[in-house]
Amino acid sequence: MALELFLEGDPIADTKAPRDVPIGERWSERKFRGKLVNPANRRKMTIIVVGTGLAGGAAAATLSEAGYKVKSFWFQDSPRRAHSIAAQGGINAAKNYRNDGDSVHRLFYDTVKGGDFRSREDNVHRLAEISTQIIDQCVAQGVPFAREYGGLLDNRSFGGAQVSRTFYARGQTGQQLLIGAYQAFERQVAAGGIETHSRTEMLDLVVVDGKARGIVVRDLVTGEVTTHLGDAVVLGTGGYSNVYYLSTNAKGSNTTAIWRAHKRGAYFANPCYTQIHPTCIPVSGDYQSKLTLMSESLRNDGRVWVPKERGDSRPPQDIPEDERDYYLERKYPAFGNLVPRDIASRQAKNVCDEGRGVGPGGLGVYLDFAEAIERLGRKTVEAKYGNLFDMYARITGEDPYSAPMRIYPAVHYTMGGLWVDYDLQSTIPGLFVIGEANFSDHGANRLGASALMQGLSDGYFVLPNTITDYLSAAPFEKVPADHPAVVEAEAGVQAQVEKFLSINGTRTVASFHRELGRLVWDYCGMERTAEGLRKALDRIPELRKEFWTNVKVAGDAHTFNQNLEHAARVADFIELAELMCIDALAREESCGGHFRAESQTPEGEALRNDEEFAYVAAWGWTPEGEPPVLHREALEYEYVHLAQRSYK
Amino acid sequence: MTLRVWRQPSPQVKGKMANYHLTDVSPDMSFLEMLDVLNEQLILDGEDPIAFDHDCREGICGSCGLMINGIAHGPEQTTTCQLHMRSFSDGDTIDIEPWRSGGFPVVKDLVVDRSAFDRIISAGGFISAPTGTAPDAHATPVPKVDADAAFDAATCIGCGACVAACPNGSAMLFTAAKVTHLGLLPQGQPERDSRVVRMVAQQDAEDFGGCTNIGECSAVCPKGISMETISRLNHDLLGALRANAVPTS
Repeated sequence: MALELFLEGDPIADTKAPRDVPIGERWSERKFRGKLVNPANRRKMTIIVVGTGLAGGAAAATLSEAGYKVKSFWFQDSPRRAHSIAAQGGINAAKNYRNDGDSVHRLFYDTVKGGDFRSREDNVHRLAEISTQIIDQCVAQGVPFAREYGGLLDNRSFGGAQVSRTFYARGQTGQQLLIGAYQAFERQVAAGGIETHSRTEMLDLVVVDGKARGIVVRDLVTGEVTTHLGDAVVLGTGGYSNVYYLSTNAKGSNTTAIWRAHKRGAYFANPCYTQIHPTCIPVSGDYQSKLTLMSESLRNDGRVWVPKERGDSRPPQDIPEDERDYYLERKYPAFGNLVPRDIASRQAKNVCDEGRGVGPGGLGVYLDFAEAIERLGRKTVEAKYGNLFDMYARITGEDPYSAPMRIYPAVHYTMGGLWVDYDLQSTIPGLFVIGEANFSDHGANRLGASALMQGLSDGYFVLPNTITDYLSAAPFEKVPADHPAVVEAEAGVQAQVEKFLSINGTRTVASFHRELGRLVWDYCGMERTAEGLRKALDRIPELRKEFWTNVKVAGDAHTFNQNLEHAARVADFIELAELMCIDALAREESCGGHFRAESQTPEGEALRNDEEFAYVAAWGWTPEGEPPVLHREALEYEYVHLAQRSYK
Repeated sequence: MTLRVWRQPSPQVKGKMANYHLTDVSPDMSFLEMLDVLNEQLILDGEDPIAFDHDCREGICGSCGLMINGIAHGPEQTTTCQLHMRSFSDGDTIDIEPWRSGGFPVVKDLVVDRSAFDRIISAGGFISAPTGTAPDAHATPVPKVDADAAFDAATCIGCGACVAACPNGSAMLFTAAKVTHLGLLPQGQPERDSRVVRMVAQQDAEDFGGCTNIGECSAVCPKGISMETISRLNHDLLGALRANAVPTS
């Protein structure tokens, strides 16, 4: 008997964006209609902020500047370590400093289209409006953006746009923006507005009378489990790419905070929307712990190929020209090596699945610069790509000037996340979700240089303005420390810690994480089929069962125990993986990063089905063994007309 | 290969070096992946795995940092996560220790507490620009040379190798990098004097040693932060003290 995949729940809708005024006026109008909190009352309110990346760090600093009491939590040793720091490329803003026809409307349009028409117009328009303020704010903080000789800011162009609107700080834009937010944060720490909790991980949400009122945390150094209460909770805890085990995310990045909020009632939206980047350094062995991104600008001059014959193990230099398959140039003569990210990624997977992949494990394709070096000279290639070639050489030990690079796609961003309305409030009143942790702005595919924009928009400008409407009724009645909801949540966390340490099985946490990652990568990665997803859905519950009966977790509960931290995160990844596969199976169309092999154009491109699938899938949690509940938010396009993306 | 690793269960307990043998180390492994492999073995053997800080594993978050054969971040001038086993030879014995400095107390094994760095930033390592107060980004042009030099100083990842390498355990390169970054920009001028005085005072209040311009810090800095930043800090500090512009709380 086939169990039902999911149950159909009530539809869901955003009720906060004022749709009775034109889109360009909605954000101002919302700020006007939302209630405010007077400065004297702000001091009486406590806001819990989890995460210190671009979204969480910016929000904590800004809320403290406004006069609220902020309690900040993060799992690393310093708030400056959050993974926003690793973003390379840049941040978009509709400044039109180039006089090249850019505008708020154009950035809005590009982002909706880039998201393959699966995002909410109101949110995206607001993001485009705020983009210009972000640059102003960051410059005022001393972020050293690239400048021209005249002293004005430089811009570069990025994928999915015909204008130059990307601001950057060499290849370290994320670092510089995060340091800016971190410094604003530390300034508020000195001012006494932010209470800090480093090396502290959120392990549950406390919901009292239907409102998010606090969090249960574990001090990672002492193992102590405590509850922190307040008037509202803000999660800026990032994405869940590490469900794949190997990704470009930091090792600590995890889904635990949002997943546990989901289990307390926050809907999880579009979990299957993940983004896979085509040019990463491939896996070199079983010990591989993470993947490193190489800028996709390399595809401007590099030629992608694999041997024509399967299992051809000759070194690349010994493979004659007519025995090579430049498959992108062959299949896409118009765009060649510059096809969009999703196509380049999928085709690399296809040739490797055929057994023609190169390098260890056969999971790699060549990116060859021999022709470019001959045409342009080594000096020019060095000037253009020198730092990337050096990075490649340091990691692989190979010289990309004399032999082709090997590349392979890797997961690096998740568009899905907790469902939020226009105010960034989840389906639990008082729980707000910002940055990559929410689902809001990128639809089924995120454009380059948009993640930094969204994180800072949410943190500096949106949340601090929308949370006031909720807090206008605060401060709420104090929750006593022995309230049943607190006692129950704390006991649950304690019980889970003890359970992990008592299983004492034969497999390590990492071995489960690796197996899960491989499963999700194979069946819910670059290409998804009903058959494959069903296979994954058969295997994941088995893996979950084995994990809870056979995992071996080292150490004890009362000292710094990284293995125990990892166990809790993997437990949540296993549950999330199941929901991702259900979401991917239910969405019988291709859109953006979600490619269902059954739904493609004759040219092999993603084929959307707007009639049936122009909705956000917001999932309600149900206990193990019961199908989750799907709440659909219909997507309506008033300003951007639905159209099929085309790269021909 | 043989690893001699500092094991210390907690700050209260005295630590010691422990020996481990590891076979089948691939030259393509990163140094941290080699430790991952060792930890998997230790877990299966029922032993406590070795604690070490790490996160992004691409050289930018600043979490990782080990003394490897007595050198901060090991034989290449990069972060520990970007060091690969091909930098070592078959049969080598490698000493692995935590950052050693009074300012960085050990948490466990190879993990240290670097919160002193956050407190130094908190003391003045910022430009006061509350959200919403900013003029247009083009209102104040910044000469490219200044912007580039500020960027060079701003690339500091706060890993703490400078402190670990310094015979005095001084945090001067870290502090100087921030003073230089913000002090070179027009936006940073109003607080330039108070910033340097406060940051140096906080640095002294932590358990860091004084700077005697030895230069070990810059030699191991994965981002190559220059000693010039220290000259600049000293210049700014003297100027600020002479101007007596700020209380030195």
